[in-house]
Amino acid sequence: MSAAVSTAPRRAWSFRQPSVIPGFGLTLGFTLTYFSLIILIPLIALAVRSAGLGPEGFWKAATDARVLGSLRVSFVTALIAAGVNVVFGTLIAWCLVRYRFPGRRIFDAIIDLPFALPTAVAGIALTAIYAPNGTVGALFAPLGWRIAYTPAGIVIAMIFIGLPFVVRTIQPILEEVSHEVEEASATLGANRFQTIFHVILPSLMPAILTGFALAFARAVGEYGSIIFIAGNIPFVSEIAPLLIYIRLQEFNYVGATVIATVMLLISFAILFLINLIQAWSRRRYGYGN
Amino acid sequence: MEVRVQNVRKEFDRFPALHDVSLDIHSGELIALLGPSGSGKTTLLRLIAGLEMPTAGKIFFGDTDASEKTVQERNIGFVFQHYALFRHMTILENISFGLKVRPRSTRPPNGEIRRRAMELLDLVQLTGLEKRYPNQLSGGQRQRVALARALAIEPAVLLLDEPFGALDAQVRRELRKWLREIHDRTGHTTVFVTHDQEEALELSDRLCVMSQGKIEQVGTPDTVYDHPTSPFVFGFIGESSTLPVTVENGELWVGGRAIGVPAGDATPGDARLFFRPHDVELVEADASLAGVVSTSRRVGGTRRVELEIGGAGHHVEVDLPFDHPAGEKTRLAFRPRRWKLFPAA
Repeated sequence: MSAAVSTAPRRAWSFRQPSVIPGFGLTLGFTLTYFSLIILIPLIALAVRSAGLGPEGFWKAATDARVLGSLRVSFVTALIAAGVNVVFGTLIAWCLVRYRFPGRRIFDAIIDLPFALPTAVAGIALTAIYAPNGTVGALFAPLGWRIAYTPAGIVIAMIFIGLPFVVRTIQPILEEVSHEVEEASATLGANRFQTIFHVILPSLMPAILTGFALAFARAVGEYGSIIFIAGNIPFVSEIAPLLIYIRLQEFNYVGATVIATVMLLISFAILFLINLIQAWSRRRYGYGN
Repeated sequence: MEVRVQNVRKEFDRFPALHDVSLDIHSGELIALLGPSGSGKTTLLRLIAGLEMPTAGKIFFGDTDASEKTVQERNIGFVFQHYALFRHMTILENISFGLKVRPRSTRPPNGEIRRRAMELLDLVQLTGLEKRYPNQLSGGQRQRVALARALAIEPAVLLLDEPFGALDAQVRRELRKWLREIHDRTGHTTVFVTHDQEEALELSDRLCVMSQGKIEQVGTPDTVYDHPTSPFVFGFIGESSTLPVTVENGELWVGGRAIGVPAGDATPGDARLFFRPHDVELVEADASLAGVVSTSRRVGGTRRVELEIGGAGHHVEVDLPFDHPAGEKTRLAFRPRRWKLFPAA
């Protein structure tokens, strides 16, 4: 009996932590159903379809030179575009948050336009401008720089569609970064440059990473605007989504799903890595608590 | 370092926050800027720091005019109410930040920076926490880190903006004592802002009581408490009761009755009488303030009763011994032992 008294009653392992917020079962059930219908089942179908080739056939289809070329073009340009977006998106967010100037609100609203614009329209507009005879393209043509119909064009289209993601993730965080921290830095003798690079930017890091991930993911999946400006030369400016479309037109459905699956795996790996870095930095600096 | 504030005025968007304020801060003293919110105390502190620029007037650090200097050039230590620690840096990095950002010519070598930071960590009694991040510390610990960070640059003046405002009562009292010890040990000229009069009375060498953008009174805690120079100061510092009175024949009258308090050299006419609730004596005599108890409650070691004086519905508070039998509707007569008369507003 004494043993029974001295040991605390052992609670059976439970699937969830007790919580005062009701509705766990309902919300989890809904989440799982929704998640399955919208995301999981289509993705599994994709994997199953491509697995029909068997490991060897899959490997052969995935390592086809043209497929590898298109994947390289897609991921390299998307990483460059996300990198560029992070730099200039942060700058734009800074400008919108920190200064009051006429037309700020209109400017702020325009940032979202790439979200709303049909991507084909964006692609045609960008091509018209950046083509060698276009307004901007004509400026670069004498220098021998071609933008449209090269990977540079792809990067530009990706920057266009990815920008809002970066600006919109950094903006609210920047608004929250306490003015006091900047003042503290100044009272300690730091100049503006030191304050920005040692105090403000590090505290924006989680938001910058999120913005990068979103812009990158969006750029990898982009199709509509890029095919107009890219020129679509295999091994040079042919993106993976376009190759998938070409495979479909050839009625090579399995080939298309193989490319899609590989894209998915690479994207997932990169996004997962970014998420890990973010979780680590959040834990370490105590953001979000 | 001596700090002189000379006829400083500050307006925010044409809204005046400080009117023509002058204040001499002695070298090595711990002075409190005390006032209700909106009194301009934080504005004055930020002007001294250089975080705001005065609309008019000058601020001197010693003999040099600091008004035109930037925050960075003033070499001040500033402690914020909400700590404002850099949360992506460890405690050690936070404390050494001020030394690390110095230009190469005046920056101590890395080993020296580390040694100084560790010394300060010792001073603020946080030895062993140098590798933690701010979010791993309690509020009181964070504020101590903030103080160590401010002290690291060997500031000419240490400025604290409601340093204990965000902490709970017990930590507050501890830190108060501790800040006093640190000040006595390091001897920095220190200015701190507070709206807590108890804190100001206990901690400071001198108080500067502010209200509505003006300085009401500057003096030692004793002077300000015992000899307030304005009704505002009397009401703001310590407990107080007030009653409209009439000065006539060298005596004070309430509702047509002399209350047994000599008027001194006050000019005849209407006036306001101020006294402390604990500084009264109960009397039997006729010439006294008499009233009926309307509420009574126990406050620590005493019983505070609210008396209704006369028919005009004036209420005053008076402290009685906790075991005094007075209950509701009891009639009490008392005389203030010490009091102050101010002209009627």
